[in-house]
Amino acid sequence: MIRIEPRDAPSRYWSIGIPILSGVIALLLAGIPLAFAGADVTVAFVEMFKGVFGSVFAFTEMLTRATPLIFTGLAAALAFRARLWNIGAEGQLYLGAMAAVAIGSGAIDAPAFVLVPLIMAFGCAAGAAGMAVPAVLKTRYGADEVVTTLLLNFVILIFLQYMLEGPLKDPMGLGWPQSPPILDQGMLPPLIERMRVHSGLVIALVCAVVAHIMLARTVWGFRLRAVGENAAAARHAGIRVNRTMMSVAIVSGALAGMAGVSEVAGLKGYLTADLSPGFGFSGIVVAMLAGLSPLGVVIAALFIASVFVGADSMSRAMGVSSFLADLVVSTSLLCVLVGGFFARYRFTRVQPAGGTAA
Amino acid sequence: MIDILQIMLSESFWAASLRIATPLIFGVLGALLCERAGVLNLGIEGIFVVGAMTGWMAVWLGAGLWGGVLVAAIAGAGFGLIHAILTVPLGLSQHVSGLGVTLFATSVSYFTYRTALPNVSSPPRIEPFGALDIPVLSDLPFLGPVLFQQTALTWLAILMVAIVWYVLNRTALGVAIKAVGDNPASVDAQGLSVYGLRIGAVVAGSALMALGGAFLTMSAFDAFFFGMVNGRGWICIALVIFASWRPGKALLGALLFGAFDALQVRLQTEVGAFLPSQVFLAAPFVLSIIALVIAARSADYPRALLTPWFKGQR
Repeated sequence: MIRIEPRDAPSRYWSIGIPILSGVIALLLAGIPLAFAGADVTVAFVEMFKGVFGSVFAFTEMLTRATPLIFTGLAAALAFRARLWNIGAEGQLYLGAMAAVAIGSGAIDAPAFVLVPLIMAFGCAAGAAGMAVPAVLKTRYGADEVVTTLLLNFVILIFLQYMLEGPLKDPMGLGWPQSPPILDQGMLPPLIERMRVHSGLVIALVCAVVAHIMLARTVWGFRLRAVGENAAAARHAGIRVNRTMMSVAIVSGALAGMAGVSEVAGLKGYLTADLSPGFGFSGIVVAMLAGLSPLGVVIAALFIASVFVGADSMSRAMGVSSFLADLVVSTSLLCVLVGGFFARYRFTRVQPAGGTAA
Repeated sequence: MIDILQIMLSESFWAASLRIATPLIFGVLGALLCERAGVLNLGIEGIFVVGAMTGWMAVWLGAGLWGGVLVAAIAGAGFGLIHAILTVPLGLSQHVSGLGVTLFATSVSYFTYRTALPNVSSPPRIEPFGALDIPVLSDLPFLGPVLFQQTALTWLAILMVAIVWYVLNRTALGVAIKAVGDNPASVDAQGLSVYGLRIGAVVAGSALMALGGAFLTMSAFDAFFFGMVNGRGWICIALVIFASWRPGKALLGALLFGAFDALQVRLQTEVGAFLPSQVFLAAPFVLSIIALVIAARSADYPRALLTPWFKGQR
């Protein structure tokens, strides 16, 4: 008989190896749908690789794609660490983006060193407000935040449609539902001439390092982890659980809002309803691949961005549906989940009928 | 006020309410079955997509309408099995596994659809379920149009409410399913398989969810579109709490929801000029959140919901 028992401590070796292995397995499994679609699997993988590492431009495109994923990945990682299930990063991202264009497209005319921080502050505040609502509903009324954040995504997307057809509509937009552009001095400057990669990436990296330090070295981080590991014990130890939850919700929402700011003020320049191809949800995969570690989020975001950019390029070259990328991303999430099991438990053989194992 | 009364007294309003409620009835029942056994199934949104896509595609390939229903149920059960294995014997996070199944099921469906129909802008249509025309009954005043001109899938949904109610409340299996969601150790002590009961409930519940999706492509519409599920699965997760995990209340909740949705569509044509149309679009989601907040205080969650149980654990 085989018995499952928990390891004394989660194996370090496994916890680093498993996300890597999961990514590799998910990529290899992509061979099945590729063959199903009638593509030459080897050529497809070469095309995917070239789509990320084939040129400097391709590589910077991958970095551009990774930027919002770092923000949403951090948003999910911090919240999940506290067992606060923020599945609403997609909506919070759009709240941040709406705040950014509301402030940055001419409402305030200020030099860059005032306007850029102002746009970021408003974007973060909007995202934070978006997560504060379900957090209050959870702490005050006991309403499950999974469901409320999921449903709020739809409410916010519909609100976005309204704003883009009404108050935030660009009068010069030829009738398209899009916002007016952000002023030039409100834009996050590009990092490299003639490339799309922008300074949002630097902000994202700084956020990851700060989040790592906050989580590992501060009282706030300690409280957050304590609440996540055992809320009842944390309460017993005198930690104000609801207060901690609220603060985590605000930080998580602000990070998701910052993803929206970075996309709209770093890349697109104006807001449309298709700003995010599901960055909020991919952020959850990023966080899980990262084992909920802020520094791991950076690496996981680079991997997921590579899958998206590589698969897009392969799909253009070979006519395979670009939904392949979503397939790889979701498979890697399932793989890393199964892998997490092996990091925490091991199988032991026990004697049947009153054996000595214990 | 008169207008609202007029709307609510009309046959077409109640017929529409029942039509809108049908996929939700399937979804809430499925989610209820999973949660009664102690497993939250956030795969629901993706399983709806799978049911909608596979059911439609089977009919399009010539399987016949009931063949399509069967294919949808089996496909839904298959994705449910993934969630069941990850959460029951492996005891992994039900939240994350469910979201993973939703992402996976959605991308499998979209990829398959796109690969089968690479360059189609308007999706091919099928001949969907027609209204069941029952002699005499269909001609009854009021009840005729409301009840007896619905499609077969709406009837199947109502039948499923009765079946799930019967199984949960009148059979030994039902007692075991409910016990496994409240106190798995006691079930194990009686020599029943906790894993078997939980996996079975999740697989059966997922098949029901897929039927909700199949209704969309095979009865409400006649083709598959990207994004057509549009949050219906998540709404079901909220409705389960509102229904306090009871099949009868689930039917009631879905019908109430259908009625509100039918009402807002009709109000939109009446007062559409004064309010932006988005107010009406957002109403179902806001309504679900409000229902959840109201129900949350007194919610009597299955006690072992979200709690994994391992064999050999006391």
